[in-house]
Amino acid sequence: MNYTLKIWRQKNAADSGSFVSYKVENIDGETSFLEMMDVLNQQLVTRGEEPVAYDHDCREGVCGMCSMYINGRAHGPNELTTTCQLYMRHFKNGSTIIIEPWRAKPFPVIKDLMVDRSAFDRIQQAGAYISMNAGSAPDANNIMISKEAADAAFEAAECIGCGACVAACKNSSASLFVSAKLAQFALLPQGQVERYQRTLNMVQAMDAEGFGSCSNTSACEAECPKGISVKHIAMMNRDYLKATMCSEKVMS
Amino acid sequence: MKLDAKIPEGPLAEKWTNYRSYTHLVNPANRRKVDIIIIGTGLAGASAAATLGEAGYNVKVFCFQDSPRRAHSIAAQGGINASKNYQNDSDSNYRLFYDTVKGGDYRGREANTYRLAQISGAIIDQCVAQGVPFAREYGGTLANRSFGGAQVSRTFYASGATGQQLLLGCYSELNRQIRKGNVKSYTRHEMLDIVVIDGKARGVIIRDLVSGEISRHSAHAIVLATGGYGNVFYLSTNAMASNATAAWRAYKKGAFFANPCYTQIHPTCIPVSGEYQSKLTLMSESLRNDGRIWVPKNKEDVKKDPRQIPEEDRDYYLERRYPAFGNLVPRDVASRAAKERCDAGYGVGPTGFAVYLDFKDAIIRLGEDLIRDRYGNLFEMYERITGDNPYNYPMRIYPASHYTMGGLWVDYELGTTIPGLYALGEANFSDHGANRLGASSLMQCLADGYFVLPATISNYLSEEFRHPAIPIDNPAFDQAEKEVKERIEKLMAIKGSQSVDELHKKLGRIVWNYIGLSRNEEKLTKALQLIDELKKEFWTDVKIPGSSKGMNIELEKAQRVADFLELAALMAKDALNRKESCGAHFREESQTEDGEAKRDDEHFRYVAAWEYAGEDKEPILNKEPLEFENIELKTRNYK
Amino acid sequence: MSWTKDYFTSTIGRKFLMSITGLFLVFFLIEHLAGNLLLLLGDHGLTFNAYSDTMANNPIIRIVEIILFLSLIIHPVQALILTQRNRGARKTGYAVSKAGETSSWASRNMGILGSILFVFLVLHIANFFVSARFGDLGIDANGNKDIYTKVVDSFSMAWYSLFYIFCFLALGFHLIHGILSGFKTLGLSHKKYLPVVKSIGIILTVLFTIGFISIPAYFLINMII
Repeated sequence: MNYTLKIWRQKNAADSGSFVSYKVENIDGETSFLEMMDVLNQQLVTRGEEPVAYDHDCREGVCGMCSMYINGRAHGPNELTTTCQLYMRHFKNGSTIIIEPWRAKPFPVIKDLMVDRSAFDRIQQAGAYISMNAGSAPDANNIMISKEAADAAFEAAECIGCGACVAACKNSSASLFVSAKLAQFALLPQGQVERYQRTLNMVQAMDAEGFGSCSNTSACEAECPKGISVKHIAMMNRDYLKATMCSEKVMS
Repeated sequence: MKLDAKIPEGPLAEKWTNYRSYTHLVNPANRRKVDIIIIGTGLAGASAAATLGEAGYNVKVFCFQDSPRRAHSIAAQGGINASKNYQNDSDSNYRLFYDTVKGGDYRGREANTYRLAQISGAIIDQCVAQGVPFAREYGGTLANRSFGGAQVSRTFYASGATGQQLLLGCYSELNRQIRKGNVKSYTRHEMLDIVVIDGKARGVIIRDLVSGEISRHSAHAIVLATGGYGNVFYLSTNAMASNATAAWRAYKKGAFFANPCYTQIHPTCIPVSGEYQSKLTLMSESLRNDGRIWVPKNKEDVKKDPRQIPEEDRDYYLERRYPAFGNLVPRDVASRAAKERCDAGYGVGPTGFAVYLDFKDAIIRLGEDLIRDRYGNLFEMYERITGDNPYNYPMRIYPASHYTMGGLWVDYELGTTIPGLYALGEANFSDHGANRLGASSLMQCLADGYFVLPATISNYLSEEFRHPAIPIDNPAFDQAEKEVKERIEKLMAIKGSQSVDELHKKLGRIVWNYIGLSRNEEKLTKALQLIDELKKEFWTDVKIPGSSKGMNIELEKAQRVADFLELAALMAKDALNRKESCGAHFREESQTEDGEAKRDDEHFRYVAAWEYAGEDKEPILNKEPLEFENIELKTRNYK
Repeated sequence: MSWTKDYFTSTIGRKFLMSITGLFLVFFLIEHLAGNLLLLLGDHGLTFNAYSDTMANNPIIRIVEIILFLSLIIHPVQALILTQRNRGARKTGYAVSKAGETSSWASRNMGILGSILFVFLVLHIANFFVSARFGDLGIDANGNKDIYTKVVDSFSMAWYSLFYIFCFLALGFHLIHGILSGFKTLGLSHKKYLPVVKSIGIILTVLFTIGFISIPAYFLINMII
């Protein structure tokens, strides 16, 4: 199969960037989207041009590196799929594919399709942890957790931090990401001790990074490759309200 | 050089306790004066960074990914072993130790492996306390499952994403230390060399992958937690950028490299589908619990629709050859058997390099719902990649490079042969012998990072803390930085005609065909010659567009492949030297009449630790004899 | 009281304000629709005028009226502030976006819908509320202010009625997302009860849309006939 690719090229963060068209030919349907990009890059290198820079690593849908906005959709047209697990059999022969980086001010473009998602790291540094030094843990079965709670926490913890939720949100809101991180801990007994302080810290960190607000459009849930539910956002809202209004601690 | 493994005195079960009781410590007030650099943020690196940060050391941690959370530990599926005996099935530290040594075909070090078993329980405690959502029973206790090579249920898991959940656990503790200012994290930074001053590891040379800037960082100790070298095969289950550069640079600065020929080929991966294939995806070992592996009995059936092939024309070759273990033989045995059938012309699929993993009988026996409950997410992943539905069409699988047991030689303290340089996790060679059991790598990484290194490194630092912060204008830094820059400029100046990937693919084909699943003297000698030729080709014909200033992904890859080329040669030399079959290393010259591996304990019961002797000089083989005082050496038998 | 400031200037706090004001306005709409449907009784507005008079002179209603006006100000002001912030969070947009495949049209256009409603409210309040409260309207047979005649006069202008119908459609789209969204923003999301909230939201939206449209439609049809 043959495709025309319109790809965002941008030399570095300071460059203004523009779309450049390329052609790739004889692509098999069993080729993954990123392998198709490899074919393009091989052509570019052979011609002595710089290959298209894009983030990728594990190529099995779990590391969260890959991040392309393909034909108007984060990670392309398929549900519950990262770009690396998207296959070319889902694209019509002869079609034009438009590939853009995630667009959000807190995710500045580094080069071409590669963006800086360190904002996510900083939000997690603000509190996405249980303060627990190595060696001080009680026996694992001393903490009894119902299967339902463990499964619910796992569902939230499955987030791969790819940023598709931000990319897909019309407001560039990071609410799904932040709420999933909060929910993982809030749903477990181990997470209760620091629950409200964690919520305050992380929500403030999220706002400080410049992400937008949540309009409950649920586009994030639809685009999330792990299907993280927007119910976590409601839980974050509730916990944030409680943390502010119910605690006797005057926090700022 | 005589290798000193520094194994503590005393009975096996008391060695670690004794060690901890008598090891030298650094006073908490003095820890603030000590700088430690950690390279890599997988399970081993992140847990070590977090724990050393908690202890109060000044830690700098580097990763080439855009976030510490992306290290390839995240892709581990199955689980993590621990001898908790929660299932009341007579598990114990000794049993876990025994299974691991036996699974490794008696080529691991007893003391290290026993310590691993001793620590395994505390790892689970730690992970649970930090919020890792392990699978639970309805009563609220932790759930376990069985894995290959064990007769007990000791594997803790979080669905099919155990590695992800454990890594996010380490990452959260790492974040806490970053927040506290105890750890400084550098992302999109790659280590390119080690700086050795007066025989001690004192610093690293780092390239910022975004700006292209080269920088110097000094420390009292350096820790490498940079994973394995499975990508020497080009196609593997490793992440695209997983590489051996840090370990290889250490080797060239004097750290010994042990057992490089021990590379694990995992039997159940989705086969290669086309020439553009960039990576292979693992399908969890657990599938072999219910799936049956077969190929057609008749060569003319290999292209037929498998559903049309009657039962009597199917060859369930694992059940035929190994009636006792059947489809659940260890990874190395299953992989070799699949290759044997495909090489004989019975392979299926478009390329002829695949065998069927069939759930038909299991679905009839247990019903589709139960199979969906057990393996639903794996089946979905398979369908997403291949487009085939495994519920009504057998999966096609083939072995692929997965894990490397070999790595930097370390002593009991995880110290390499360069004082002050430590190696953790898959980057070292220590605990798995010649073959790793499933669910053991996560255990080793976290044991190393949370518990072993924090205890052992203080023994070294108890003297080193007196040394003031290491200045980075030392001539050794000048020299190392100069070498790094010269190497980059040399690569950029070649301006040849082949891309790095093309050359890497060529290397992969050589390694797979000549140093792969089945080895012999002729093939290995040929491999050495081909690798040497390819190395010359690489250094005269590689093409890297752009400049070394700023981001250059081709330059990054080129440096990694340049090191893989040298490492592949050492792999072949090690495999040539080891004229026995053991674990994942199969020498065709050393097999029984019916084609099973034959170990040679008399001549090869040692760790082969290779010492770099200089460019174009033969590496020197150092041997660490393996003593087995607590385990009787037996021939593995799965028939 | 920096913690209150922290809360109400955070994105979640601002959405909280929008949510409680929005949901309060929904409650007001229930009352408002019920009262306005009296226009359709066919008694030349005697009941409607009596109701209006009661409302205008009840002290409790007057207090609630203040909350109502505050809501009408806070809701759009917070929306404006957040919209400003959200626009700033994506300086460069996408060349192609298929947002329609992942979210509803209404949810993505609450700002436009809200702006229509705001324009509507200004006109609506100026025309009815101001003239009823401060204007010089006649007296009906029962001695109450004859707002009914004002309504008839207004809706006898076809463009005016059509404008109202258009705005009520916008109201429908605004509420079909807004009611459910408001609950979620307050954190009131529960596996069992959220579907109930969702159903109530849809029912209310349909009732409001049909109910409010029926008034100008009634006068418009009357005029044509």
